[in-house]
Amino acid sequence: MAETPLVRARGVERRYGARRVLHDVSFELGRGGTLVVTGPNGSGKTTLLRLLVGLAVPSRGTIEVGLDRAHLGFVGHEPLVYRELTALENLDLFGRLYRVPERRERIGMLLERFGLWDSRGERVSAFSRGMTQRLALCRALLHEPELLVLDEPHSALDAQGAALLDQELEALVPRCTLVVATHEPERLGTLATASLALGVA
Amino acid sequence: MTGYFADVAALARKDLRLELRARDTLPAMLLFVLATLVVFHFALPADAGDDPAYGLLWVALVFTSLLGLARAWVPEREAGALDGLVLAPTDRSAIWLGKTIASLAFLVAAEVVALPAFVLFFAPLDAHALAGVALASVGICAVGSLVSAMAAASRGREVLLPLIFLPLAIPIVVGGVGASISEEPGKFLAFLGLYDAVFAILSWAAFEYVVTE
Amino acid sequence: MTKPSLTLLATLAVVLAGTAVAMIFFVAPEDADQGLSQKIFYVHVPIALTAYACFGLAAWKAFRLLTTRGDRYDLESYTGVHQGTIFGALTLVTGSIWAKASWGVWWTWSSNQLVLFLVLFLFYCAYFMLRYSIEPGPRRERISAVYALFGVALVPVSFLAIRLASDFIHPTVFTRDGPQMTGTMFAAFCVSWAAITLLAYVMYRVELAGKRTDANLRELREALAS
Repeated sequence: MAETPLVRARGVERRYGARRVLHDVSFELGRGGTLVVTGPNGSGKTTLLRLLVGLAVPSRGTIEVGLDRAHLGFVGHEPLVYRELTALENLDLFGRLYRVPERRERIGMLLERFGLWDSRGERVSAFSRGMTQRLALCRALLHEPELLVLDEPHSALDAQGAALLDQELEALVPRCTLVVATHEPERLGTLATASLALGVA
Repeated sequence: MTGYFADVAALARKDLRLELRARDTLPAMLLFVLATLVVFHFALPADAGDDPAYGLLWVALVFTSLLGLARAWVPEREAGALDGLVLAPTDRSAIWLGKTIASLAFLVAAEVVALPAFVLFFAPLDAHALAGVALASVGICAVGSLVSAMAAASRGREVLLPLIFLPLAIPIVVGGVGASISEEPGKFLAFLGLYDAVFAILSWAAFEYVVTE
Repeated sequence: MTKPSLTLLATLAVVLAGTAVAMIFFVAPEDADQGLSQKIFYVHVPIALTAYACFGLAAWKAFRLLTTRGDRYDLESYTGVHQGTIFGALTLVTGSIWAKASWGVWWTWSSNQLVLFLVLFLFYCAYFMLRYSIEPGPRRERISAVYALFGVALVPVSFLAIRLASDFIHPTVFTRDGPQMTGTMFAAFCVSWAAITLLAYVMYRVELAGKRTDANLRELREALAS
């Protein structure tokens, strides 16, 4: 009856030289669940999320994610795009790398949904911070990931963008497993099925 | 397999598009190599002959490519795009190959200007010398892309790149100069081919470890 | 137990070194051409070979680091490079002394070995600059490891390059090297080589232990502070 959890972390520790950022973190997340990660600044939220998507490896312990890179989506502190390419060019590049089927249609749909269609031909360097974050979300959702990892996604967004994101998250929850690090856990409200609090101690 | 090369093509195209738009690296390389050649004219004594000039051509090429390589990964660093590439299902070595091809395109473009200038200012270049330039360019870009990524991960990046790159470039200079002035250029061309093979394969395989943790 | 074994090795190294010195100066015959200065050969060549061995060890440890998840390989590889660089510098120094004693010049480009070591010395010095400009962590370990592997590939390629270069850059004026060794000369050489290799190994172990202690100390401090 109980299937293997999609994400399993055991005794995860992460050090940078002598500085220890994560200590003995363990949790499990089943498919379709939504994990909210909270904690003060410096508690290792960003590090943990990067470990989840494979941008870093734990110094000790294990993290098992039952998905390959093609099914992971990530929005970090940086938008992970090319500043001097247009929104369209960025998404086209990543669309090719992720082998997104019906690439053009999907890109068009996402740009529209996040209100970026009119700015699609502008370079990212001309975007506002909120627009850049929205583009980052488009990039993360382009390939319909099964696991979406978001690092404080609301922080760079204006009110309109944040509302769009909340809408999107609600729509995603049924078919996507979510891990969200946030300072405002109440935003996710009933969506969350599990929570993890990282402390500095 | 076709997916791999499609990725490489997409990545190389991206770099060419970025350069076409920004137009900062290539003009700098062109100007730099011309200026260097002029400096060399003044650096050489009047009766120096042709041989020293060939040596200096290679110095000019190596340092000009350093200029280009220093900027190779800047677009990836700006907004964390490199993380985006590493996250993608793409083979990490494809990232290296795409960057190498793009760097090679820029270096060749600089050479298209530099070589005629050299012939004009100093001495003729025969087929062997040109073959040497071609082979050396491949080696420079193959090793340079990897080494530049290493330097990009560090704090002192601009200063560090020449330090890491130059010892590795010494064999290239030997091969190139030899192909230009020796009576047995074939030996040197074969050597350059060997260098390219060894270090291209090494760079191709090792790139994964330079961009992941 | 590590500790007694290290002391034992160190003692053995000293004994061997003493034997080597005795053999070099009292047992091995003087070279007809070069006289006393040729004796440097007994020190110079083993030091060079040891440097190569250190770089090779560092590259092997680097390879292990990249292919397994072992914690220890980073420090071992780093110490290997460090030792190799020290012995590389010594190679250049002893080589220079030998050149001065034999040919009256402090440096010559016609000694392929010396030139190769100069290139390697530059390369491995850059290793330290690279390593210390990256934040400690897995990224630094991996990049250092890749660099150490490149070094080992550079050795044969550079050697070939220098051989090729000597054809047209500097004609070989000075004949040198591979002295035909008589029995006693060969024996003295082997003892010297053994002594230097053992010495290098002892230094390697000592330095590695020191670095590990440093690392543990830093970790403890961090753990106490938080």
